[in-house]
Amino acid sequence: MGEFKVHRVRFFDYMPSGIRALAFNRDIERIAVARMDGSVEVFHCSDRFFQEKIIPGREQCGIEGLSWVGERLFSAGLNGGITEYDLTNQKVKYTVDAYGGPIWTIAGNQQGTHLAVGCEDGTVKLFEVNEDKIQFERNLDRQKSRIISLSWHPSGSKIAAGMMDMIQIFNVETGHSVHRLLADRGVGTSRSKECVVWSVVYLSDGTIISGDSVGMVKLWDDQTGTLIKSHNVTKCDVLALSVSQNEDSLVAGTSEGTVVQFQFISMVLGKDDKEWVRTRTFKNHTHDIRAVAEITTAVVSGGMDAQLVVRPLLDKVEVRSAASALRKIHFPHRRLVSCARKSGLMLFQYPGHLELWRLGESEGKGMPGSSLFVKRNPEKLLHLKVKGEDHIRCSAVSPCGEWIVYSTASSLRLYRLHCDNNNVSITKISKLPMVLSSANQLCFSSDSSHLFSASTQSSVHLVSLSQSGCKFVGTLKPKSGERTIGFGVLHIIEDGKWLASANSDHEVHIYNLQTRKAHCTVPVYSSAVTAMGIHPTTNCLFMMYADQQMCEYSIEQKQYTDWSRMVQRKGLHRFWMERDTPCLNVMFNPQHPSHVILHDTYMLCIIDQSLPLPDDKTQFYNQLTLKSLPEEQRKSHSHAFKVCKTFKDILCVELMSDQSLVVVERPLEDVASQLPAPIKQKKFAT
Amino acid sequence: MVETSDIRVVRCGGSKVNLTPPIISSDSRFVLCTSGDLVKVYSTRTEEWLHSLQGHTNQVTGITLNPANHLQVYSCSVDGTVKLWDFIDGILIKVQLVSGLCVSACPECFQLVSVHLPKSAEQEVEAKEMSAVSSHISKNPSCTAFGRGVRVHFFFFLVFSLKATDKKGAKNAFTCIACHPTDDCIATGHEDGKIRLWRNFIHKKEYTYSTQHWHHNAVNTLCFTPEGTHLLSGGIESVLVQWQYGADNRKEFLPRLGGSILHISASSDGQLFCTSHSDNKITVIESSFKVCGVIQGLVKGDAVLTDLMIDPRSKALVLNGKPGHLQFYSLLRDKHLYNLDIVQQEYIYEAGLDQFEVVKAAFDIKGSWLATVEERGKKSSDLEFFLKLWAFDERTQSFVLNTTITAAHTDRIISMCFSSSEETTMLVTAAEDSQFKAWCQGADDQNFWSCDFVGSYHKLNPTNCSFSADSSLLAVSFQEVITIWSPDTWEMLTTLCQPPGVIRDLCFGRLSCSKYLLGTTTKNLLCCWNLLTCELEWSTSVDVSKLQPDPFSENVAAFSYQSKHTDLFVFKPSEPRPLFTNKNVCSEKVHRAVFVPREEPLNSCDESTQWLNRSQLYFLTQNMDLLTFSTATEEDRMLSSSKQLVIDDSVAVTPFYLLLGKHRQQQQKLNTQSHPVSDKPQQTQGSLLHTPAHVLPAASVLCSMFVNSFLISNTGVQQDPLSPLRVKTLVNFPKLMKYELLYL
Repeated sequence: MGEFKVHRVRFFDYMPSGIRALAFNRDIERIAVARMDGSVEVFHCSDRFFQEKIIPGREQCGIEGLSWVGERLFSAGLNGGITEYDLTNQKVKYTVDAYGGPIWTIAGNQQGTHLAVGCEDGTVKLFEVNEDKIQFERNLDRQKSRIISLSWHPSGSKIAAGMMDMIQIFNVETGHSVHRLLADRGVGTSRSKECVVWSVVYLSDGTIISGDSVGMVKLWDDQTGTLIKSHNVTKCDVLALSVSQNEDSLVAGTSEGTVVQFQFISMVLGKDDKEWVRTRTFKNHTHDIRAVAEITTAVVSGGMDAQLVVRPLLDKVEVRSAASALRKIHFPHRRLVSCARKSGLMLFQYPGHLELWRLGESEGKGMPGSSLFVKRNPEKLLHLKVKGEDHIRCSAVSPCGEWIVYSTASSLRLYRLHCDNNNVSITKISKLPMVLSSANQLCFSSDSSHLFSASTQSSVHLVSLSQSGCKFVGTLKPKSGERTIGFGVLHIIEDGKWLASANSDHEVHIYNLQTRKAHCTVPVYSSAVTAMGIHPTTNCLFMMYADQQMCEYSIEQKQYTDWSRMVQRKGLHRFWMERDTPCLNVMFNPQHPSHVILHDTYMLCIIDQSLPLPDDKTQFYNQLTLKSLPEEQRKSHSHAFKVCKTFKDILCVELMSDQSLVVVERPLEDVASQLPAPIKQKKFAT
Repeated sequence: MVETSDIRVVRCGGSKVNLTPPIISSDSRFVLCTSGDLVKVYSTRTEEWLHSLQGHTNQVTGITLNPANHLQVYSCSVDGTVKLWDFIDGILIKVQLVSGLCVSACPECFQLVSVHLPKSAEQEVEAKEMSAVSSHISKNPSCTAFGRGVRVHFFFFLVFSLKATDKKGAKNAFTCIACHPTDDCIATGHEDGKIRLWRNFIHKKEYTYSTQHWHHNAVNTLCFTPEGTHLLSGGIESVLVQWQYGADNRKEFLPRLGGSILHISASSDGQLFCTSHSDNKITVIESSFKVCGVIQGLVKGDAVLTDLMIDPRSKALVLNGKPGHLQFYSLLRDKHLYNLDIVQQEYIYEAGLDQFEVVKAAFDIKGSWLATVEERGKKSSDLEFFLKLWAFDERTQSFVLNTTITAAHTDRIISMCFSSSEETTMLVTAAEDSQFKAWCQGADDQNFWSCDFVGSYHKLNPTNCSFSADSSLLAVSFQEVITIWSPDTWEMLTTLCQPPGVIRDLCFGRLSCSKYLLGTTTKNLLCCWNLLTCELEWSTSVDVSKLQPDPFSENVAAFSYQSKHTDLFVFKPSEPRPLFTNKNVCSEKVHRAVFVPREEPLNSCDESTQWLNRSQLYFLTQNMDLLTFSTATEEDRMLSSSKQLVIDDSVAVTPFYLLLGKHRQQQQKLNTQSHPVSDKPQQTQGSLLHTPAHVLPAASVLCSMFVNSFLISNTGVQQDPLSPLRVKTLVNFPKLMKYELLYL
């Protein structure tokens, strides 16, 4: 496998933020996730839940609800504003104040014409969705208590609103309340506590389903305003409800961390009198489930434990495969760590600050698998707080370790780092060119002489850095001029002469840095690029896709390489395809030109392109077997994929220029220990 | 060879009542359950055994109410018949007839077979149409269930096969199944204690289920109430759990029901539930979750450690039943009488705990003393045991602890017997510490028991001890040697030895054969010594596993186990020719047997059945089946009596009817000069005095009846030749022998 000195880094205290809201868009198969820190993420449901977009949050912006209107995404929060997002450029488009105090919920009707928000002051406010903005239309009858949850009737003529101790049904035409459904409070000591209707769902047949803080899922009839049936799901709260597209299945998320499924089933087979029956229970969370969404083939849930769980519904899945397996997404599909390869520095990106660390040092070599003596401990050099309320979108440290750059939604800051022995100081570069107002992705050239900034316009700006300051050099734009309203650039990979950029429309452009012209475009593949790298000697672009496929594209010949074609022809091993996290980095080892180093959350892999590819019959994880074999037999048993599973919960792997590997781990146990305490549950025999 | 055709082995009395789910009649007045070869009918209100449906010649394996007539019941049996009964009158109506839905789970191969019963008016019909529905069915009746129609029932097998392969490694094997009466919902119980409710199961993929979990061990049985509003489940915990159908986490519990729950059934109006338990018990439970009746069968557990004994007072069968208890069971009435707590310690229901068990018990001849031995630490080396002596208290009519002897011997007690003399009671215990001890009651002021004599013989371990019928001799066997002692002087009189082989069983002959001593050895030898001559009278080579003398006659029964079946020989010690032989009584070894005195003796003259005149031989197989022998004449009598038991149910039961009906019956009997059935006088007086005057018939009608009720009928004394008197004289008879022996 090759010998490396590995810096196993576990002091990056990254805490994923809890999930507050989910919104599923069936037409474009995207699910939007709002987190506690105000960030919004978009996952592609049919592309192995790849995290396509991240819109960073702000301080003091608690999002309470998300809603799709067509392909537009809106959110509302406790700061009282309704926000629309610019998904192409991954930023906030505008915010409109609803003037009703904190907003608890937002819901768009199926026709895509109106948004309703429920406010603290007891009003349901209707907003008309215009071409480019939303416009306040009117208030429905004001109620005494705050509006916690809202649901439109699919026809758009009625709204059910969940409040304290009751549910109101409004006629949208008149704005008056049609029915008032009283939810029972709990018994015993909870009698004095108000019953919060956390979630309502209005079905097309006039049934209203509510989930409340007493732990009941109740079914109401909207014609008579009566309770049809109630299911006691939990002793704690039922926080979220979601119904499937054809209204035959409902999922309820509880604060015990369980998702309970209800199905609309005929009680006597072949007859048509159907009833809502409680069926399965899924327990994949440790903490409160704040949001659930029933998508076509799975139940997606998220909550305080900050993980997004995709639980497949096997009765809806046509073919069982790796794509339909249970999936738990803990970490963002982006890199939060950048390394200065030549100077041994690491930059950790937190939402509100940056940390710069110097790696430790050790002496000599050891046996494979043994730990080395640490001569110098790693050291925190810098703690850089962000100016303003916005959270960091991206950051980078130059390979030489002299430059640090970060960008928020509104500003970009470039710093120069002075390091003499134990004295660390930074100076901010003040006069930045206009183009560097904000960036989606930042990257330094390998000789640290240039900074590349992916702008919002699907173009890459080139800035030269020098002792005196920085100077705008030019902009790299793709050939096809008509696509100027671009898509957020995901990755910039630079290799002295070539630069490749991938955008969220799955396009990969290659630019020649000497001529500053677009060189070529890699054929578009159906899945998103999760990581890529340009080989320093062969000038081949190596790309990893979200569906675990890999491609190698020769830049000079503008075609796929023979090895890549062979991989496509022979197919990849079953175990490789069944991994459920995307590859996040592609590196090359200068000492072994045929080696490609990859990593995902659970493994580190070296692909030796000189060795034969494994087929489905060969043992895939063969490192231990190889170790036990004598030297001469190893050759016949080895194949191209050398997988190392020593590390878990990997956030980043980087190959430094001194041939050492930096592996940044964030153990899930550490994350779990920092989470708030879950609801205490009695377990049998404890 | 003696003709054996009219004597059969039957399961009659003390059989398992928990083999199949009990059924409750549609008016909730009767509980029907299978019990050996019989179907027993109990009253739900009084828990009393009313009568039994007799006619099957082998184990009854299933009963079900006739769906067309709720007063009739179908039963199926290993003898290959399906019978239809009127269970209120106890009349066999038909054998295999009437078309309809009836299923019997054939016990030999465990195939589910649907039998199409042809419509016919004849008494006996051969049902030829039989279609196998499914094979590889579990033996347990809770593994089959019927849904609304035939369609449902096919699909649950589909679900079975689907699920069984679904999850590997998990302990979710199916244990039981139940179908909802109206909805298409199947409930299954699993080994890990979960209950799943399956719906939509006609779809191959879109079937769905919900899981509920309360039981911590396997769910043994499931039952829906007739309206389908509740689901009942039970398991090893012996807690009946009631789940509300639809609101799944609302449940009620009825704990501490006894043994683990094996079956649950509900009456058709949902007012009563029945649970049958592993300790051979049926509990009747009201729908408000209150136990309203317990029908206790003979508790057999895994092993019977004590001998089968007969309590001389109540004539009840005594053996250990509940852990730490002795149970008293009346075989005549087939009823559990009471439990006597011997250990007097709380029993902890947990596997692997070493707890005290009653291992030995013995009654003296009058039934006024009971000796018990309880021990623990059988597996480990530190054996702990107590010898306890219990006196019968006339006032409370039960046994009261008199003496506890903590270290009666230094090692385990092997054998124990009371002397059979009337005057002095003496207990002899033989233990593995190569000693036997005699225990006597102390002086008058303190009537506690203390050791009287310690005897041993060449440091050999004793194997058995036995008193002669008149208590004048005590025989103790030490390995291969039998020693004869005089209990009066504690002098060893003689030794008898017939090597090779260790003595296994030892018994004296009775009545006219009192001079004989019988012994069996491990080397397949049955020997008979004449004690007058101290010589071997005869011996024969037969592997006797149990030797049981009849206390009321000279007969001795010997069970021998040969080539995988047990044979029975009944003989008199005076002659080596057997009176009666029955080959292949059962396929297991027999270690316990007892002669139970009859209430009224048979007067059969046939030589082969004569030995059953006074007493009945019960024996226990290794499978814990209590079997007995019945003669043809006895069965005929039972059948005829059961026909007479007809209760005229067409007339409403009012006090008026009862009085007048009785009056009429008596009149009829007097007219025909037959034996008047002597009513208990209290009954007539009571009914007369407690009935309101306005519903009573005229005083002239009642007067003679009232006066009659005070007269003591003398017919009983004339006719009743019953035992106590006879036995007494017969027991006294061998006392003459005392002198003869002394002078030898």
